[in-house]
Parts: sequence; C-alpha cells; structure tokens
Amino acid sequence: MSDTFDFDGRAVPFEPGQTVGAALIADGVRSWRTTRGRARPRGIFCGIGVCFDCLVTVDGAPNRRACLVPATTDLPVRSQEGTGHDDLDV
Amino acid sequence: MVRLMTVDRLPEVVVIGAGVVGAACAWYAARAGLRVTVVDRGPVAGGTTGAGEGNILVSDKPAGPELELARLSVRCWRDLADAVEGFEYDPKGGLVVAGSAAALDGLRATASGQRERGVTATEVRPDELHEHEPHLADDLAGGMYYPEDAQVQPAAAAARLLRDARAHGAAVRPNVEVTGVLRSRDGLAGVRTSAGDVPAGAVVNAAGTWGGEIAALAGVDVPVLPRRGFVLVTEPLPPGVVRHKVYAAEYVSDVASDDASLQSSPVIESTAAGPVLLGSSRERVGFNRTLSVPALRRIAAHAVRLFPVLAGADVLRAYRGFRPYCPDHLPVIGPDARCPGLYHACGHEGAGVGLAAATGHVVARALTGHPPGTDPTPFLPERFG
Amino acid sequence: MTTSTYDLAVVGAGPAGMAAAAAAGDAGCRVALVDAAERPGGQFWRHPPGGIDHVRDLHHDVRTFRRLHARVRGTVEHLPGHQVWTVTREDDAFGLHTVRDGAEVVFRARALVLAPGAYDRQLPFPGWDLPGVYTAGGAQALLKEHQVTVGRRVVVGGTGPFLLPVAAGLAERGVNVSGVFEANSPGEWLRRGAGAVPVVRSPRKLAEGAGYAAALARHRIPYRPRHAVVAAHGTDEVTAVTVARLDRSWNELAGSRRRIRCDAVAVGWGFVPRLELPAALGCRTRVDVDGSAVVDVDGLQRSSVPDVYVAGEATGVGGAQWAAVTGEIAGRAAAVRLGFPSSFPASAMRRRRHLRAFATAMHAAHPVRDGWRDRLSDDTVVCRCEEVTAGAVTRAASELGGTDVRSVKLLTRAGMGWCQGRICGDATAGLTAAAAGVDVDPRGHLERPVAVPVPLGTLAADPADASPRDVDVT
Repeated sequence: MSDTFDFDGRAVPFEPGQTVGAALIADGVRSWRTTRGRARPRGIFCGIGVCFDCLVTVDGAPNRRACLVPATTDLPVRSQEGTGHDDLDV
Repeated sequence: MVRLMTVDRLPEVVVIGAGVVGAACAWYAARAGLRVTVVDRGPVAGGTTGAGEGNILVSDKPAGPELELARLSVRCWRDLADAVEGFEYDPKGGLVVAGSAAALDGLRATASGQRERGVTATEVRPDELHEHEPHLADDLAGGMYYPEDAQVQPAAAAARLLRDARAHGAAVRPNVEVTGVLRSRDGLAGVRTSAGDVPAGAVVNAAGTWGGEIAALAGVDVPVLPRRGFVLVTEPLPPGVVRHKVYAAEYVSDVASDDASLQSSPVIESTAAGPVLLGSSRERVGFNRTLSVPALRRIAAHAVRLFPVLAGADVLRAYRGFRPYCPDHLPVIGPDARCPGLYHACGHEGAGVGLAAATGHVVARALTGHPPGTDPTPFLPERFG
Repeated sequence: MTTSTYDLAVVGAGPAGMAAAAAAGDAGCRVALVDAAERPGGQFWRHPPGGIDHVRDLHHDVRTFRRLHARVRGTVEHLPGHQVWTVTREDDAFGLHTVRDGAEVVFRARALVLAPGAYDRQLPFPGWDLPGVYTAGGAQALLKEHQVTVGRRVVVGGTGPFLLPVAAGLAERGVNVSGVFEANSPGEWLRRGAGAVPVVRSPRKLAEGAGYAAALARHRIPYRPRHAVVAAHGTDEVTAVTVARLDRSWNELAGSRRRIRCDAVAVGWGFVPRLELPAALGCRTRVDVDGSAVVDVDGLQRSSVPDVYVAGEATGVGGAQWAAVTGEIAGRAAAVRLGFPSSFPASAMRRRRHLRAFATAMHAAHPVRDGWRDRLSDDTVVCRCEEVTAGAVTRAASELGGTDVRSVKLLTRAGMGWCQGRICGDATAGLTAAAAGVDVDPRGHLERPVAVPVPLGTLAADPADASPRDVDVT
C-alpha cells in the first residue's frame, strides 16, 4: 500500500521519491492548470524543471514546478488557473 | 527649418535612433509632411527604450522647464494613443507615498509648486491609501495622487509610431549604423552609414545614451552619459495587485542627485500582461552590464516594504538599461546653432518615454519653422557652449 | 581569503560536474559540488532514491557513474538541492548565489567549473502544447527517475540519436511505441560520409547504437527516417498525431500524411546547452556545428574569464562520455591553477578528441532544417508561457522592425514568461531571422541574469554565507 497525497480532494498514490508531477501522470492525470491567456490545459512537458508548464499549487503556494516538488502525504496539491494567484485578486 | 533639397526624392530629415524618442520625432515629422528616414544600428527599441518601464509622469518633476515639457507630453501622448493603437497606453495615475512625516512635507511642497503650474495633485490621507492601493503597507504617512500620470509599453510604442510614420511616407532602416556626417557649405547634408550615404537637409540626433557620440561625429559637444538602472520583473500577477504607478517620495530626490554610488528608491507598477515591474536603482558605472546583486537586493527590499504581499511573488528576470543623462539633468532638444542642419533629441535620463511625445512635437515644429507648444529655450544645446 | 571560501565550486552534478569535482578533489582541492537535484548523476544518470540499480537496464555506463560517485563521496562536499540563481565575481572569489527551500545560501570559491548541461531543443508544431506531448528528455526522466511511463501508445519523433534510447526504454517498460520518426536520414548519411569522419574509432558508441537498434527490432518498433510528427490532435489532451514524409529540407511530401492514434508523444530535436551562468560571468561564446551557442574554451577547458572553467554540454553537445572527460580535464586544470599537483593524461586528451569527432559527425547527420517553419499556421503557439503565436512573431519581425529575438520579445512577449525563452528561444530566433531576412543568431537569448525564479522576499533578505565543512577555522 503506497502513500497518498490529496489532489483536488481525492487521494493520489505515490512511490517514495516521486515528484508530484510523476505521481499525477502515473495516476492518469495529464493536466492540472489552465493558462492565463487562452485558458488551455497544461501538465508536464519538459519534465526536468526547464519549461514551467507543470505549475501547480502545493500546500497553498502557487506556481510550484510539479516535476520537481517531491510528493509528501501532508502537502495537499491543487490544480490552478491563470496566474495561480486568485488570492491577490481584489 | 529644413532646407529644401533640390532632388525631389531625397529624404528631408534623417532621424538617428529607432527608440521611442526617434520614433516620436519621425512620427511628428512625417505627419507634418516631411520625408523622413529613420536609421538605427540595431533593431527598433534596441537601446534604453527596450529597458524602460514606460512612465509618462508629471508627478516626479518639480515646477520648472522639465515639468512644462512633461505637461505638454502628457497631452501629446494622449493624442498619439488616439491616432496610433497597440502600445498599451494606460492613464492609470500615479501615487507617490511618504514613509515619514518629513517626506510627506516634502511631497506637499513639491505638489504646491506643481499645482501652480496647473498639475492636478490630490493629497491622500494614510487611511485612504488602501482605497487607491489595497495591498499597500499600512504604516505609511500618506501620499499624493496624480491622475495625469500614465504608462505605455515603450518598445511597442516605438514600433507602432514607426509603423504609422511609414504609412505616412517615412522609411525605417534598422541595423544601419551611422559612421559619419555629410557636409555642404551650409552645414550638415546627411549621414554616412554602414549601408551607404543618406543625404538629408536635417539630421535629428535621437541616439539616446549614445547621443554624445553622434554629436561628436558632427563636431559638437553634447555631454550625454550613461546612468545604469536595474528593473526586476515578477511572475504574472492578477491585475488588481498594483493599480497605479506607485513610488516613494524619496524617488524625486534620487533622480536629481549627483551621488555616483548606488541609489535606490521603490518604483512599482503592474503591466497589462501581468508581471509587476520593480525599480529603481541609479549608478554611474559607465556601460558596465554586470549584474549588481546589491542593487537587486535594495530594489527587492524596497518593493516588499511598500507591498508586503509581493514577498511571495517570484522574480523571473532582471534587466538593466543605461539612462542618458546630461550634467544639468535636462534633455537636449532642438536645433544646434553650432552646426546648422543638426537637431538634437536626446539626454532624457529616466524620462525618455514620458518626454518622447513632446520632444517629437518640439523637434518637428523646429524642422517646419513653427513655434512649439512650450518654451524650448532651456533644452537648446547651446547651453553646453 | 576567508575560511568560508572553497578552493573550487563545481556547478552541476552530471557526468561533467562529477568528473571535475572528483578530479579536483583527488588533487587535494576543497571542492563544493553544487547541484539543483537531490541525487547526483545529472539528466543522464537519473535514478530513483533507492539507487541506480533499480533502473540499471535503462542506463548506459552505470560503471562510470559508480566510479565517479565513489570518488566524489570521498573527497568532495556534495550540496544537492541548491539552485544557482546567479553567479558574481567578487574581489578575491566568485559568489554562487543559490536558493534552497526558499532561502538564499551563498558559496564562495576561488575558481569555478561550470557544468550546467543541456535540455531538449524544441520546435513548435500545431498541437504541441496539448497535454500528452512531452519532450523526449521529459519522457525519459519520468521513466528513469520515477518509473512512470507517459502513455500506453506513444509516438517518438524529432531528430538525433537520443530518440533511440527513449523509444527503447519505453518499450522495455511495456509501452506500445508506434514508431520513431526521425526527420533526418542518419543511416544514409553514415553510409555516404562515414569514410570521411572517424566515427568508426568509437566502437563503444557504435555498439551502443546497435544495442538500441536491436531493442527497437525486438519490440517491432518501426524506425522511419525522413519522417516527422507534423501535428498533434485532441481537444484537451493528445489523442492522435499526423506524421508525414519529408524531403532533405524537411519539406513535407505531398500526399504522405498519415494519422496515428496515440495517447502520448515524445519529441526532441537535439539539445540546447544551458549558458545562464557562463553568460552572467561574461564568458565568450561561439556557435557550434549543431547551431547551438556554446562556451568557447581552450584545451584545458578554460573560458575567456580567468579561473572559470566550463565542461560538458555547455562547451558543445556531445553526450555523457564526452561530458565526463571534459569534466576530468577541467577539474585537473583548475586544481593545477589553484596550486595543487595534478596532471593531464594523454589518454584523456585523446579520448576527448575522438568523442568530439564522433559528436561532430552525429551533429552533421542530424541537422535542423528550415522546413519545420512551414508546418506552423498563423495561430500555432510558439511561446508556450505567454501563448504567443507564430503569426505574432513573424509580424513583429516583418512589420514592426523587431529584427532580433530581444526586440521581438519586447514586442510580442515571446520568451518573456516563466521559462524565459528556454523552450521557444531557438524557434523564435528562426522565425525572426526568416521574417526579417537576417541570419539566425542563437545567442540573442543568452542573457538571463536571474537563472531561476527567486521569491522577492528571499532576494530582499540577507543571505546566509555557507562555510566549507571540516575546515579548521583557527
């Protein structure tokens, strides 16, 4: 039984050392954000931290690179829209 | 005034520099019916224009000749935005904030002089600051709001003005470097370039920070020197995070300072695309392009001081530019009596985008022999002897 | 010199950096091996936390990794998880400004070996921004480090020898690889030109290639030279691609289009060296045979900036063996420069020469041709971050006077987003040059003084100065 993290309210399993992005891909999730211009879906592209396509909100912090952030049981992961900074929109 | 050329197809005016000042000169001259050729050794907006924040400000100029030019420029930019689209003209207004009672007193004194010249400046009480800027730090002493301050995207402004000038008959030739001048008995007769001679009745030096070198080719002294500045750019943020151009009262005194060492004061504004631009620093280090980590730290610390919420935003990039400044901190605009046929439009320091429109207007007026909309005397190059 | 100064800082713990650190450490230098990743090995020897043996079958030359790792462990301070955001030259040392867990840590060293590596070169095509389209390196990284396959039915395309291990690796893990679509015709090139180049002097390299070919054959994966993925299809993720046959200039042959159903695509067009840090220090660059900007180094891997050595892909894309031997030489050269005894074995110098010749031959067999531009429509996204289209880039260059990538960036925002033009830089440069009628300049994008994003609050705070461990400070 592998560990899980919370992704948008459901449990996603991960192996030790896996990144958030790798675990999501393994679970069949291919995109977890939409772009701020055309609202297009994005997930992993380069997989090595160069392209920033895989931005995701981890434990409330937006725009983390899912391909680099290690998955842990206690940090919830959220999909995000646009800038990821809805909290600043007043 | 431009001397008419005997050969009909030759350009009447050659503008050196495809930055925002050269573009405005070309636009006004072309709209005035002159045949204009613009040359630049690089691409459009390849120099200081491309490193600018795009400020059109009256707020940072105390009463004096530069304020008069700035007031004219605010009107000219409004006209340009109506005539030419696509450069993100935004009359967002400027908010100058004071961290202390003493700084607020200074702001009030400056505003009082500006109001006498017709500038609108409204004092903002500390408890009203958040109505203007919800994310501003809540321990400031107060501020002054200037509704006439505006912003453009400077590279786009230069490119769009040049494109419109082309539609009115101008020729724009990027990647053509001026290597010398052509002379006739009466004075300048054009320029020598890396792509051949360009004869013209008038030569406009809009070479920005490199304006002194162009002047030297024509045999006159115009002391333009570089003053380095860094800008930090954040990740894209929602449009409401920073609403106006916001800067600290200390910015005004920094601009007029003669201290060569690092000076820094917070200047913060959002852009239409989302990233927030953070300035400013001023150093006299020649054309040294090396990144200054201390300058970046100061800019970052000042920005976080005014907008604590920005502490969590990522900085994606930093860039530097070289402001073209003259010893008396005034631009050089108008005909050069020492060299007939030569006109200057350079040395605007950090206000080149803001003053570009009025500069283009003043230069085109001089080229066509009409009086400009402001007294051009303080900017004439004769002041350098 | 303060006690908080290392003799040498090596940036990057891939084959080049590990070799450089090991060589300098062996010579007696106090070495910091600073790396963004948590485990050594770089992009080439990626592996899960449990060790490289878990993915041994996906790797080549694990023996070299083990040997380097053992040497590094004995003599070098390995500092994983540190992303260098900038590097500065100070009075008597270099300052490496790094971010770790949101805090800044500064390392000082008397000399530097920069071994930043490379990433996949990308060229846009309609649909390339759909989820399910991956870089070849991304697909490989997910496989090697996380044992995750990017799809069940995968199309591999682009150009370069790297496509082979990617396809073979996926197949070994049970993926149905629908084909390898190689835009060039390297086999034909090798038959025609092999006599003129010393490819045959590298039997190990040829054996490696033969191994992949055998794997493709074993898994019945079609290998299609002069073919390319010309479009990816799908609404919110990729469900199919169109492939087409190309001529020598990569123009599509009429009537050759074919649709293939798939749930993932892996594409790569060679590699782009990472030059942020050498550029920040002002190291002189040149354009290599593959069109990449690389650092100009001499026979001792010295850059034009005193005491800055550069090794691996940043000096010319050439693969892991090449990177390791350049790292070994750089580490030894830096040690000698710092006053530690070392030497330059003739065997290493010879090996570097042979591997360079092999890499040059490979580049000649896998050029990027102009035909890729013809597949873009006006609204094909070129800059993924800022969603700038091919039409916008072309118009900025042809109508607005943006004749280089910097001015096109200012006019369109192409290259101004999160990735800072790392992905779209080559494509934007190519489209700009074509529209403006000037030569392509791959160096227009090199200046990135902030090499990785840094939180503003981190930048505003005073950084921590790191001191070497196990140093007698009396």
